[in-house]
This record gives sequence, structure tokens and C-alpha cells, in this order.
Amino acid sequence: MKSIKETIAKVLFTAAAGISILAVALICIFLFASGLPAIGEIGVLDFLGGTTWRPAADQYGILPMIIGSVYATIGALIIGIPIGLFAAVYLSRFASPRVKRILTPGVELLAGIPSVIYGFFGLVVLVPLIREVFNVQGMSLLAASIILGIMILPTIITVARNAIDAVPDSYYEGALALGADHERSVFRVLVPAATSGIMAGVVLGVGRAIGETMAVVMIAGNQAVIPDSILDGVRTLTTNIVLEMGYAADLHREALIATAVVLFVFVLIINIVFAVLNGRSKR
Amino acid sequence: MSDTAKATVAAPRKPHRKTSSIILNALVHLAIFLTVAVLLIVVGYILIMGIPNLRPELFAFEYNSDNVSMFPSLVDTLLAVLLTLVIAVPLGVMAAIFLVEYTTRGNKFVKIVRLTAETLAGIPSIVYGLFGMLFFVVFLGWGLSLLAGCLTLAIMVLPTVMRTTEEALRAVPDSYREGSFGLGAGRLRTVLSVVLPPAMPGILGGIILSIGRIVGESAALIFTAGSVASIPDSVFGSVRTMSVHMYVLASEGLHIDATYATAVVLLVIVLLINALASFVAKRLTRNEE
Repeated sequence: MKSIKETIAKVLFTAAAGISILAVALICIFLFASGLPAIGEIGVLDFLGGTTWRPAADQYGILPMIIGSVYATIGALIIGIPIGLFAAVYLSRFASPRVKRILTPGVELLAGIPSVIYGFFGLVVLVPLIREVFNVQGMSLLAASIILGIMILPTIITVARNAIDAVPDSYYEGALALGADHERSVFRVLVPAATSGIMAGVVLGVGRAIGETMAVVMIAGNQAVIPDSILDGVRTLTTNIVLEMGYAADLHREALIATAVVLFVFVLIINIVFAVLNGRSKR
Repeated sequence: MSDTAKATVAAPRKPHRKTSSIILNALVHLAIFLTVAVLLIVVGYILIMGIPNLRPELFAFEYNSDNVSMFPSLVDTLLAVLLTLVIAVPLGVMAAIFLVEYTTRGNKFVKIVRLTAETLAGIPSIVYGLFGMLFFVVFLGWGLSLLAGCLTLAIMVLPTVMRTTEEALRAVPDSYREGSFGLGAGRLRTVLSVVLPPAMPGILGGIILSIGRIVGESAALIFTAGSVASIPDSVFGSVRTMSVHMYVLASEGLHIDATYATAVVLLVIVLLINALASFVAKRLTRNEE
């Protein structure tokens, strides 16, 4: 009697754990089955290396979007890494416990604000500002990079801070005992010791930036052309999907799903890098 | 070189502060200042621009293109949160129980479960949206619907629920389990009556985190739940949650005042969820101490 109940429970728990395997399998099957034939039909080189995206003329080159995603992510990192790392150092080793108690929920709130609000803020504040200052249209790679930089800030701060917190106090005390001052002890001893954890935060930030859609689509201008300057409009892999999926059909639709496949592969690579770094920092 | 030598020889009571230290100190403070400033500017701007635009007709029972009421979207958001949680929480909690209570080290199945859960956590929402569209909407033939949207969201938040529950279960001391086994309780009974109760605050924290994610999500919902701004008759009706509503208004660009007002309501909901989360977290740490 008892053992039947136990067996049923065990089967249920195991099945629940299997859901995530099932989900990943289904996602792979459905994305690849719908996307890969299109890549085959368009041709791998023409698809990945083509610089012209013109569905009306059956031209499906996504190189501008790949480069757009890479540029926007790099831009986000240029803003997010220095501010995020220094802010993490502050929260870990400079702030008093009281200040920490106030600021930590603030950083969490920054992470909790929905993408559409960041996008809208970018649209009504940042884009007009760029338009005024540089006398250009405003929707641009620059706008997208700044908003993405803000959006990955809490990710980098939280992960980097945890990594610095995890370095044993004896490292810091040892540095002080050798005559280093507070800043030197933190930046020459603690931060290097936390490098792989900090890198994990950066990689997580890359994942967030490259996958962000709704904030970017509102402010990036969305021209499917490789930008010449940071003030030009840009279209990323994610926004390419959201812009055209609503009305696309046939090969055009499959090409958009294939765009998601490319994005998915990027993200898988990022995940693997993150897992390796994370494993190293835990050791 | 001579600088360091002097410092060592003179051995001043107050350590000599190098210029580099002063610069680093300034940078650290500048960085945290910028972070806080960005938060205050974004939140403050939305509140200041939006609150004066909160008009009663924005909460009219029916949406139309004149009143651009957000009321149906508020109800839709609530429905989406509830349905998603009903699906994701039991599955996530049970999966975590399996990982913590029912496995031995080095189990291959466990490794794959962990790997796939980590993979799920990293997939961008637009990819979830496309998958939901291909699988639930087209392949299963449900059309743009609340159910398709919520199942997509459920897969999205599953890793969050799993991870937080797992952490909460692991924090329960083994002596609890041993005591329970010692009294003759079976594994299931031990899990349900002894291990789960002290883990509840942690699980609750994960649920609140998931609610925040559901409320803020838009990319995964546009192609799965659609954007019909009305309260659905059944789970197969199309819905428009607050974030999607916000996106539609902002991209139409016709009702900028209403967009500000909608942003305020969405932001306030997120603020409340965050406040709740840190309240739970605070109680959690106090219990541990």
C-alpha cells in the first residue's frame, strides 16, 4: 500500500523533471525543422553571408542583422561592463551595510523593469536627445546600445558582486597586511581572484543583450543595412523576427524562423561559455 | 619606485594614498551614482509624465480605439499570471523535489535535466515566442490564445521555479530528513510534511520572481497569445497583457498620453512585485539567522 504511493510519487517527480528535457527537445525539433529547410533553399552562404534582405525580391541575407546584433551587444558591453563592475565593487567592498540594504533592492528593480518600459523610455527621452545633439534621425545603434547597456547593468552587477563577495576575507586582509591600501587590495587582489565569476556575469549580460527584442525594436531604427556609424539605424536578429513575422508567408516566414535558429545557436554557444566559466568560479 | 621606498622607510601612521587609489575610489562612486541615477531617472520620468495622464476612461470596462482602456489588459495579465503559475509551479516544484530528494550523485538523467534547465534559462523570449507559435498555435491548432501564451510562459519560468525551489530544499538541514526517517516516515511523507514546509518562503520567492517575469514579458506573447484587447471567454481566446498593450500603444504612437499612463500602471505593478519579493527575502534571511 505504502510502496505504491511512493512509487507513484517517484514516477510523478521524475516525469516533472523530464519536462525540461522534453521542452528543449521540442524547441530544437520545431525550430530546426521549420528553419533549416529554408536555409537549404536560400543557400547557407547566401543566407548567412548575404548583405541584402529584401523578401519581396526573394533575397534573404541576414549578415546585416548578425552584424547589427554584434554591434549592439558590443555597444551595450562598452557601457555595461565598466559601470557594472565598479558598481559591483562598491556594493561588495565599499558600501556600509545600511547603504547595501537600500541599494540592493534598487538594482533588483532595475532588473525587474519590463523591456517595453525601457524601450518606451528610450523612444521618448533618448531618441529625441540624440536627434537634438547630433542632428540626426535619432533611432540608432547608439540609442539601442545605451538602453541595452542599462538593461544588462543589473545582471553584471549582481553576478560580479556575488563573485567578489565569495573571495575569502583573508585575501583582503593579507593585502592590507602587506601595506596595500583599501582600493589597491580590492582591485589588485579581490577583483583578479573573482575574474571568472565576473566574466560569467559579462557572458550572461551578452546573452541578455543579444536576445533582447522589444526594447530594441522601438529605438534602433530597424533598417536592414550594415550601419556605417553609431548614429545609423540598425536591425538585429531579434527585431528582424518581430518586425516581419506578423505578415510573413512561405519562404519569407521560414527565413525568419531560420533567423531564430541562428540566434538560438548563438545563445547555445553563450550558454556553454557561461557554464564553463561558472563551473570554474565555483571551484 | 622611490615612492614605495619612502613609504616603507618612513612608515607613516596614515598610509600614503596613491593617486591611482584616489582615482579608483572616485570611479567606484561614480559607477554606483550612475546606476542609481539611471534607476531614478527612468522610474521618475515615467511617474511624472504618466500620473497626470491617468484618466478614468483608461479603466473603462471595454477597450476601444477612443478610450484605449487598459482594463481588459489588466484582467488579461492577471489571468496569464494565474494560468502560467498553475502550470509551471507544480511542475517546477516537483522537478526540484526530484533533483534534491530522489537522486544520487553522478546520475546521468539528473545531469541532462540540469543542462536542459540551464539551456531553457538562457533562451531569448522571442525564440520562445516563435516556438510557441510553431507548436501550440499552429501544430496543435489552438490559434492565438491565452492557453498557448501561458504554456509558452510556463516553459520560460520553469527554470526559475526549479532553481529557487532547489536552493530552498537544499537549505533544509539533513537532520530534519534523518529525524523523519528515524521516526519511520517514508520518503514521500518526509518530503511533504518535513522538508517542504521550511522551504516554503524560498519557493514563494521563486514564484514572485516568476510573476515579475510574466508581467514584463511581451516578445513571447505577441505570436502566441496575440493582442486582442478583451477579456477572453475561454482559454482559447486571444489576450493582450499589459506589456503587450504598452508595446502596441507605443508602436502605434497615436495615444502618447495613454501610453505614459499605461507605463505608470505597469511600472507600479512591477514595483509592488519587487517590494513583495524583497519583503519575502528579508523574512527568509531572518529565519535563517
